[in-house]
Amino acid sequence: MDLNTLWFILITVLYIGFFVLEGFDFGVGILLPFLGKDDKTRRMMINTIGPHWDGNEVWLLTAGGATFAAFPHWYATMFSGFYLPLFLLLFALILRGVAFEFRSKDENPRWRKTWDWAIFFGSLLPPLLLGVAFANIVRGVPIDANMTYVGGFFNLLNPYALLAGITTVVVFTVYGGLFLSLKTTGKLYESALKSIGRMGPISAVLIIALVIGTYLSTDITMRLGINPGMIPVGAAMAILAAGAFFQRKQPGWSFVMMALAIVLTVISLFEILFPRVMVSSLGAEFDLTIYNAASSPYTLRIMSIIALTLVPFVLAYQGWSYWVFRKRITEHSRLEY
Amino acid sequence: MDPVTLARLQFGVTTVYHFFFVPLTLGLSIMVAIMETLYVRSGREVYKQMTKFWGKLFVINFAMGVVTGIVQEFQFGMNWSEYSRFVGDIFGTPLAIEALLAFFLESTFLGIWLFGWDKLSKKLHAATIWVVAISSNISALWILIANSFMQQPVGYEIVNGRAQMTSFGEVVFNPNIWTQFPHVFSSGLATAAFFVLGISAYHLVRAGENCDMHRRSFQMAAVFGVLGVVGVVMTGHSQAQHIVQIQPMKIAAAEALWDTEDPAALSLFTVGNERERRDVFAIRIPRLLSLLAFNQLDGKVQGINDLQAQYEEQYGPGNYVPPVAVSYWSFRIMVGAGMVMLLAAFYALFLTMGEELLERPPRLLRYFPLLIALPYLANTFGWLLTELGRAPWVVYGLMTIEQGISINVGVGMLLTTLIGFTLIYGTLMAADIYLLAKYARKDSGDLIRLDDTPETAVSLASD
Ligand code: HDD
Ligand code: HEM
Ligand code: HEM
Repeated sequence: MDLNTLWFILITVLYIGFFVLEGFDFGVGILLPFLGKDDKTRRMMINTIGPHWDGNEVWLLTAGGATFAAFPHWYATMFSGFYLPLFLLLFALILRGVAFEFRSKDENPRWRKTWDWAIFFGSLLPPLLLGVAFANIVRGVPIDANMTYVGGFFNLLNPYALLAGITTVVVFTVYGGLFLSLKTTGKLYESALKSIGRMGPISAVLIIALVIGTYLSTDITMRLGINPGMIPVGAAMAILAAGAFFQRKQPGWSFVMMALAIVLTVISLFEILFPRVMVSSLGAEFDLTIYNAASSPYTLRIMSIIALTLVPFVLAYQGWSYWVFRKRITEHSRLEY
Repeated sequence: MDPVTLARLQFGVTTVYHFFFVPLTLGLSIMVAIMETLYVRSGREVYKQMTKFWGKLFVINFAMGVVTGIVQEFQFGMNWSEYSRFVGDIFGTPLAIEALLAFFLESTFLGIWLFGWDKLSKKLHAATIWVVAISSNISALWILIANSFMQQPVGYEIVNGRAQMTSFGEVVFNPNIWTQFPHVFSSGLATAAFFVLGISAYHLVRAGENCDMHRRSFQMAAVFGVLGVVGVVMTGHSQAQHIVQIQPMKIAAAEALWDTEDPAALSLFTVGNERERRDVFAIRIPRLLSLLAFNQLDGKVQGINDLQAQYEEQYGPGNYVPPVAVSYWSFRIMVGAGMVMLLAAFYALFLTMGEELLERPPRLLRYFPLLIALPYLANTFGWLLTELGRAPWVVYGLMTIEQGISINVGVGMLLTTLIGFTLIYGTLMAADIYLLAKYARKDSGDLIRLDDTPETAVSLASD
């Protein structure tokens, strides 16, 4: 395996880390206005993700930085091309981040309500936009011979991409609900289960539609064949298993299966792409690939050594932080903020 | 407005704004870590109060640093895509390392520190804030390594119109980083020190209930202030000496030195005519600039006109003069703030020697809250000097600012994001200052409720 491929895999890993971890804290944020009927409940919900959301978000930042270092042309083309969606994403993440820290620092109900809405929209928009962005990456966007995106903003809002965005939102909502069911007790626990019961079937329909859309809109059949192989099929099985476990009142296993499904879906996505990193709709000769978008072999080698040394430590101490906060939050827990 | 101006304006707004919060994070994290260590060592309640009080303010500031940093990570690709293609090989590397090595640690351990008061042993808990402090400063180191490449490109070769790394070691041990990082590190200490001095002085003057805590904070901050400001002045001096070597034009602009002089005089006050490149009015101290630049009373400091001629020969026709008035006054404001801070820090240290701080706080203490503005001014204008004084280059000698911007991002899009970021940043600034002021004024009555028995915490939670 060459270093370009290794970096393609490493960036896939960073996005997996991001979607698996931040996915449920986006979900909790989306559920906030629905399940958080009073201030106390909202505080409990925020406390389930309070220690983790920032560390989870760094997976996205690192994916950005790693793309810059390993595939500078990918970084340059994608972020200057997806300009306005990226701006909206940043806007949402800014609001959400300060909202977590600011909401409880003043008693005024209007102050709290404002920041609670910021948490909701700040959690809703990113999965929507990321779903749209990734759908466009695999579907193909107009990229010319200068590796420059020449479509406009509305080019990105095609039905397939929008479907992907909405599906991501709904799936993360269910995933967030499952996380809450693991971290809380009492009324909040009950209402989390209820919300999953309601959203689960919707997400199933959307996922099926998305799979069909992917066959129609992307070159998946050419890439992976009609039978796409182990990984995408595994993703589908994991989703089914998540539903089955939930039916049998085992939300813990259901959560694990959802996480697995997200992992396998991200891998499938990058499988369709490989060895391209951005697909040009103007012709295959304009595709950005792991070769023509990459840094020099020297930089890739240095970065490989550094990344392979550091990532295990990151996993270890992030794992430890989840261990420290493993207890469920009850109405009598000491709440922070 | 043209895209270049808009892209620059946007970068300037977002980056200066990010750096508004950064120095306080760098310095205050260390101070809070020391406070908590003192608490663990001595077991005394007053240190715990200090940790909680300053920790609250630290967290409010940190949140703003984090969210504004997210924009930084992506905006090179958004508005500066040609720049990103050109330097990605070299510049992206420290950026990615910063995220992997520092941001993960910072954010994960801050989460543990914030929520882990009753989940970890005291010692382990204090260790987590040390991790935050150290990794914040490591993050500063790596981003400055990236910035140093723009000031002084080293360890690269140009292949197919892109800068490619030839030596990671040279990029990391860029000579520029040895003066830049110490300057930024000490400016962090100084910023935190004046922040703490100002707020403690406010409480001491009002003689509220928990003067003991604020007296101790004031003492500690006085020591930090002296260390920080002396550090900033000394490292600033060596930085100026380094810049004379690598970017003589920046120093010439910062001094409004039109013609080469040997020995060179230091300008105290100049009103110049930038278009005609001459002084309208100037007060200058003979030989002082040579002394500053070379540590001796003579030595040639090149002037703007000579350098311009030299660069035209080297790089072809063009304007190689950075905005002189901006550079000149930025430098004056930074150094001027430094001088006032130097006096104030020693005065504060002197005060802590005596007893009157508690008994009858001197009138001058009243003005300390105002001094909080000084390090912020110096930080902002220091960066303006560093970045604008490099004009017309974005990467010194290799790429000009015009060449760096995204070619497919139009004026409309740039305006949208410029206005969007400015609006949200303005709003958040108001909310942030409101909260900081609110918590900075809190007295011990409120502080006791910061104590962490479950009952009081819940009552605090729902108040
Ligand atoms: C001298 C120090 C310094 C400088 C020049 C910069 N930063 Fe910064 N940055 C920090 C020092 C710092 C910090 C002290 O480490 C912060 C501030 C508050 C915080 O949470 O961490 C931070 C936060 C921060 C974050 C959020 C990390 C998180 O979520 O925890 C990002 C993504 C960046 N920065 C990225 C950048 C980029 C791309 C810069 C270049 C333009 C930049 N910073 C300039
Ligand atoms: C936090 C520290 C920094 C501050 C406060 C800062 C500040 C500034 C300012 C005020 C400008 C001028 C904008 C204008 O022209 O109107 C600028 C320009 C620029 N800086 Fe920095 N900068 C910082 C760090 C960096 C770093 C670390 C990088 C790169 C890694 C960088 C890259 C640039 C670029 C690409 C420009 C655009 C060129 C230009 O407009 O002059 N800056 N910066
Ligand atoms: C009196 C003494 C000072 C001197 C001689 C001095 C000198 C300098 C010089 C020459 C630069 C430009 C470096 C470059 O272009 O790369 C600079 C930048 C800077 N200064 Fe100062 N400075 C002084 C005081 C201060 C103070 C009091 C602060 C803040 C508390 C401060 C904060 C900064 C910052 C944040 C930068 C930009 C980052 C950098 O390039 O290092 N300086 N200073």
